[in-house]
Amino acid sequence: MAIFINETTRIVVQGFTGKIGTFHAQDMINYGSNVVGGITPGKGGQIHLGLPVFNTAKEAVQQAGAEASIIFVPPAFAADSIMEAADAGIKYCVAITDGIPTQDMMTVKNFLRRFPKDQRMILTGPNCAGTISPGRAMLGIMPGHIYLPGNVGIVGRSGTLGYEAADQMKRLGIGVSSSVGIGGDPINGSSHRDILEHFETDPETKVVLMIGEIGGPQEVEAGLYAKEHMTKPVIAYIAGLTAPEGRRMGHAGAIISSAGESAAEKVALLKDLGVVICPTPAAMGDTVAAVLAAM
Amino acid sequence: MDIHEYQAKDILSGYGVKIAEGGLAYSPEDAVQRTREIGGHVWAVKAQIHSGARGKAGGIKICKTHDEVQAAASELLGKRLVTHQTGPSGKVCSRLYVEAGTDIAKELYFCLLVDRSSERIVMVGSAQGGMEIEELAINNPDAITKIYIEPAVGLQDYQAREMAFALGLQAEILSHAVKTIKGCYRALRDLDVSMLEINPLVVTRNGELVALDAKMGIDDNALFRQLKISELRDKTQEDPREMAAADRGLSYVGLDGDIGCMINGAGLAMATMDMIKLAGGEPANFLDVGGGASAERTEKAFRLVLADKGVKAMLVNIFAGINRCDWIAEGVVQAVRKIDMKVPLIVRLSGTNVEEGRRIIAESGLPIITADTLAEAAEKAVQARNEVVAKEAALEI
Repeated sequence: MAIFINETTRIVVQGFTGKIGTFHAQDMINYGSNVVGGITPGKGGQIHLGLPVFNTAKEAVQQAGAEASIIFVPPAFAADSIMEAADAGIKYCVAITDGIPTQDMMTVKNFLRRFPKDQRMILTGPNCAGTISPGRAMLGIMPGHIYLPGNVGIVGRSGTLGYEAADQMKRLGIGVSSSVGIGGDPINGSSHRDILEHFETDPETKVVLMIGEIGGPQEVEAGLYAKEHMTKPVIAYIAGLTAPEGRRMGHAGAIISSAGESAAEKVALLKDLGVVICPTPAAMGDTVAAVLAAM
Repeated sequence: MDIHEYQAKDILSGYGVKIAEGGLAYSPEDAVQRTREIGGHVWAVKAQIHSGARGKAGGIKICKTHDEVQAAASELLGKRLVTHQTGPSGKVCSRLYVEAGTDIAKELYFCLLVDRSSERIVMVGSAQGGMEIEELAINNPDAITKIYIEPAVGLQDYQAREMAFALGLQAEILSHAVKTIKGCYRALRDLDVSMLEINPLVVTRNGELVALDAKMGIDDNALFRQLKISELRDKTQEDPREMAAADRGLSYVGLDGDIGCMINGAGLAMATMDMIKLAGGEPANFLDVGGGASAERTEKAFRLVLADKGVKAMLVNIFAGINRCDWIAEGVVQAVRKIDMKVPLIVRLSGTNVEEGRRIIAESGLPIITADTLAEAAEKAVQARNEVVAKEAALEI
């Protein structure tokens, strides 16, 4: 099964005809994703990469049966594109765009909450590498070849650190059911906890690796959920042991601004909640292997 | 982006928040002139640096004569003030704000900020102003009131009243308090402010509500649509290396260690720094070169890292996704050849075209130390750093 996407998921690309959209759309097609078209307002009716271009998300849903979308729209317009996708009936959306204003994301989250839960679009990102279900479909910008298909779910804020984890696992012959990037922004579409819920119900996922970092309450909230509601083991690594307080470490959300947000504090809280901690970022693969071996 | 107290007050004043009369001074003479313009018998001379807790650091002087103002201004201008928010290196004060003294009856705390957990704006207030909210949260959490604002409809009058009563304000100044609180909220929404703190907000003996201090942080992602606010940037308050990096599209944070780092991706950068620390070293910086690490960008990043003369070894860790290791290897080799590197360089490449990348480094003939894994890279970097330090020590003896 995997989560969110598989080989049949009908995908559209928002910001399809731009340079970045074109490059990654081609890469996703090459990986085997079922890309059915793209959206660029004003270019509807054209053919791009051999696929139809639509003016609006509604047209893409009605005419191409689009179920999932990926957003490469510049930051000033990205929030609008996310809301357009949600209103059109897209089920799952990945926002790659980095640099969306925080207040725009507040508006997006508020907009999404107005839909009843069963009709609400799931959003992951912004500022993320996307989602991949190895061997089936890629809805993102990651190097697909570093992931083996398998039974470990990965959820993380960072792109390249997620690659590092997948690579360590591949060296040990361990594969991934789905890997979901939730992005480095302070307000994001889905939290670590939201993704854990999906992995818990996915029959193919046996364990989950959560890759967190300094700043915000999300990792600990996810740990609480894991303790109370999950049957599957959760393994975590929290980046930023060396990060000084009050300084932004690249990601807009990676800033220690209150108690409980430093890496050391998060690690201590997660340990108490029964989450298995990777002692170092070099031990993510080994820690997953040890947990799998003990099952 | 942070702005100065006087800039924040100027903005808030436009939104109906009452502030004390004041003016900006760049010299002791300016400061005395401002006190003449303001009139009265008591003035506050306040260092303008991007940090809270300036009072504790000696950055605010209460003066009763022009001589005292002159002396306070002479002392503060050019002074490096260290607070817990500035880090040990502190921040240099190059402008002063001279303000009429306020006759304080009561000090309150008021703040508006984006709350990540509820994904809403939260209004925080306490009748116990003046001290730091972090201390208050630990010592007396019940004295803090939090009110969450629904983004679709905005701050309602009843919420402003609830806050005013929580602050212990009397009925006579209720309407003024509501106006002040709503003004702050409108400023926050209009200008993409992520944090607005008034500490203290004071009730004067005349029964007025005055913002005695103001701290404002603006969402960097929204600066493209806040052009007037962008112009308020004071580059002297920011780390020159971080500014230089930002101008080149790189994300850099200077730290106190001596192992320079160049990494792609913020998460991997933090993880690599963690590995350096676990291996017994200390990183000199955080540097995310981003996705498209071209040869040109690589060279700029190298120059930036090596501009820190304290760097004893440099570690490059790149996980090539969209990138290719061979391109990155070419960039690294080019950069090392162009820049006369005096410290050992450790390179770890992973991902797309990794064999080709390693071959380019090996065949370059340059003294580059290579590593296969993250752990090995960190260990080799710390080892190389220790050798450099040992050699330096031997030379001194």
